[in-house]
Amino acid sequence: MAKLNMVKALNLALLQEMERDEDVLVMGEDVGVDGGVFRVTEDLHRKFGSKRVIDSPLAEAAIIGTGVGMALYGLKPVCEIQVSGFAFQCFHQIENHCARYRMRSQGRFHVPMVIRMPYGGGVRALEHHSESEEQFYAHVPGLKMVIPSGPRNARALLVAAIRDPDPVVFFEHKGLYHAAKEDVPDEIETLPIGRAQIARGGRDLTLIAYGAMLRVAREAADALAEEDGVEAEVIDLLTIAPLDRETLVASVQKTGRAVIVHEAPRSFGPGAEIAASIMDGAFLSLEAPIARVTSWDVPFPGFAREKGNVPDVARVLATARETLKF
Amino acid sequence: MPRTVLEPRFQVEYLSILDSDGNLDSSLEPDIAPADLKRMYRGMLLGRRLDERMIRLQRQGRIGTFAPIKGQEASQIGSVLTLRRSDWMVPSFRETAAMLWRGWPIEKLLKFFAGYLEGSQPDEGQNDLPITIPVATQLPHAVGLAYAAQYRGDDVVVMAYCGDGATSEGDFHEALNFAGVWSVPVVFLIQNNQWAISVPLKKQTHSRTIAQKALAYGVPGLQVDGNDVLAVYAASQEAVARAREGDGPTLIECVTYRLGVHTTADDPTKYRTAEEVAEWERKDPLTRFTAYLKKKRLLEEGLEEAVDAEIAAAIQRFEATGAAEPLTMFEHVYAELPPHLKTQREQAAGWLREGENGGGTKAAPREASPPMRGQRATRR
Repeated sequence: MAKLNMVKALNLALLQEMERDEDVLVMGEDVGVDGGVFRVTEDLHRKFGSKRVIDSPLAEAAIIGTGVGMALYGLKPVCEIQVSGFAFQCFHQIENHCARYRMRSQGRFHVPMVIRMPYGGGVRALEHHSESEEQFYAHVPGLKMVIPSGPRNARALLVAAIRDPDPVVFFEHKGLYHAAKEDVPDEIETLPIGRAQIARGGRDLTLIAYGAMLRVAREAADALAEEDGVEAEVIDLLTIAPLDRETLVASVQKTGRAVIVHEAPRSFGPGAEIAASIMDGAFLSLEAPIARVTSWDVPFPGFAREKGNVPDVARVLATARETLKF
Repeated sequence: MPRTVLEPRFQVEYLSILDSDGNLDSSLEPDIAPADLKRMYRGMLLGRRLDERMIRLQRQGRIGTFAPIKGQEASQIGSVLTLRRSDWMVPSFRETAAMLWRGWPIEKLLKFFAGYLEGSQPDEGQNDLPITIPVATQLPHAVGLAYAAQYRGDDVVVMAYCGDGATSEGDFHEALNFAGVWSVPVVFLIQNNQWAISVPLKKQTHSRTIAQKALAYGVPGLQVDGNDVLAVYAASQEAVARAREGDGPTLIECVTYRLGVHTTADDPTKYRTAEEVAEWERKDPLTRFTAYLKKKRLLEEGLEEAVDAEIAAAIQRFEATGAAEPLTMFEHVYAELPPHLKTQREQAAGWLREGENGGGTKAAPREASPPMRGQRATRR
């Protein structure tokens, strides 16, 4: 057991999986000698060499495209896109191929690869370094979309993603990399992809969040308990796609109220699918309209204006109170 | 049938006029008016001094992450000065000196790096695109601009900038191919600064030069000493003239070096040696040009002080920038605000008012977010 931040925890997952399985390799821009611009692949190049930790030329499409080829051959590449804003230069490889080889080859081939990307705002960074684009991947049939919220679940989910026979897009929030340390067991542990967790139990309201928004939701829940005597249940999605509808529905059947929080823009975002799933499964339990607290439907407005855009505790709290009052 | 040679062995020229030891090839020396030589020097010096000042501003948290240009001043000034105001300039994200030459006010660039998008708005009539961050993605835009200029019959040349790393991206190759097929007036100015963050050129491409990549697209490609402002100028002038005369695109590879960090979030000591950097410091473009001008008695007294004063005054104007008005984020999404965004703007205004009034909640406001972390502190 060691106290690790998310960077170290992810590094541990990569290290242990590479030690365990020589089909696992790491590829991306600056992941080798430099150890990754966020240091997630630190020391792996020294331990495993240039054949397994590949400093690629600067080309996202070829990183994913050659990764697909390696995966078709049976390797398990863990590809890093330096920040998620650059992934549109490889989106055709992800959508057209990564997600589809299983179907196209009718099961003859599959693509057991992981695509890691730092995402998210609130880190005083420029355009393409501050966005949340999980909805694009969550919408693609054939892809899995995972977003951890802390060091321990990040490590366990990355191990699960590497072992998963299907392609997993794995988002790491830049603001969480150094936000907190947690006890992370030395022995390998995994978490099931496709399962949400109850981060805080409650009976009056369901707050649904993931990634960096989990902390915002938890703080709002704490304030509701302290100031309003309301017990909010907080669900940490962990996997965006496939969505754990069962956990969501069970919670809202109990609470009758739901507020969804995400950093991605609102329209056609994950909140819409989550709300529709709750309507499907818990319509008769609902006491209030399902609410969403999200970024606005605007392109990244520059970090000087981020505070007015990305959801914060006050917005979640006020929305939760409106939902409770309804 | 025997194999036949379709293309003779190709040649790539390398152009150097003023070398790092100050040797001048006077047969190649371009004829530049003394006043223009002085302006070039001022442009390079301003780029260098602002760069140094911006690193301090970044360390103090007054601006965010940016990409310094130190070492690349000759590549930028030598090329951009061959453009007319009516020509178009398409930057990537490491062209501070070239952008200043094109008339971007210092305080505007500072605003951009402080997270204000006002800083990426070109003036009305200014034919420059804003900074583009995803590498190489702006190059097809340059080709499209050049096509449109040709279509309209305008006397316009487009110059597009990118680095060595960008030449690995598909967009670079697609842009070159289109430019060649369409024979449009565009100049691709590659600042080959040897390093794409931690990846050296030899791991970036197996080609001996970047210039030769142009030849595969039927586009002339020339390699120049990018730290020699005279060579960059001569090559750029030739390429711009070719484009203006309707003879199509050119690629110029400026062989230069990033003397500093990739961005202020980078630590180059992790991947390259001090000896290598020292070797390139000896080839500093400013030192070389200073010596050249000194011989010509064109160095102006007090120029450094004047440049520093210009920077200081601009920083004062930058510091006077008010807090960003959040609601303006809705202004430039579409020509007309659609109904759902009108609603969102009202909601946002409501939250902001509530925030100002304490929000009617005892919940502590979230602390200001920490700057992007996860990278090592920069030592150089």
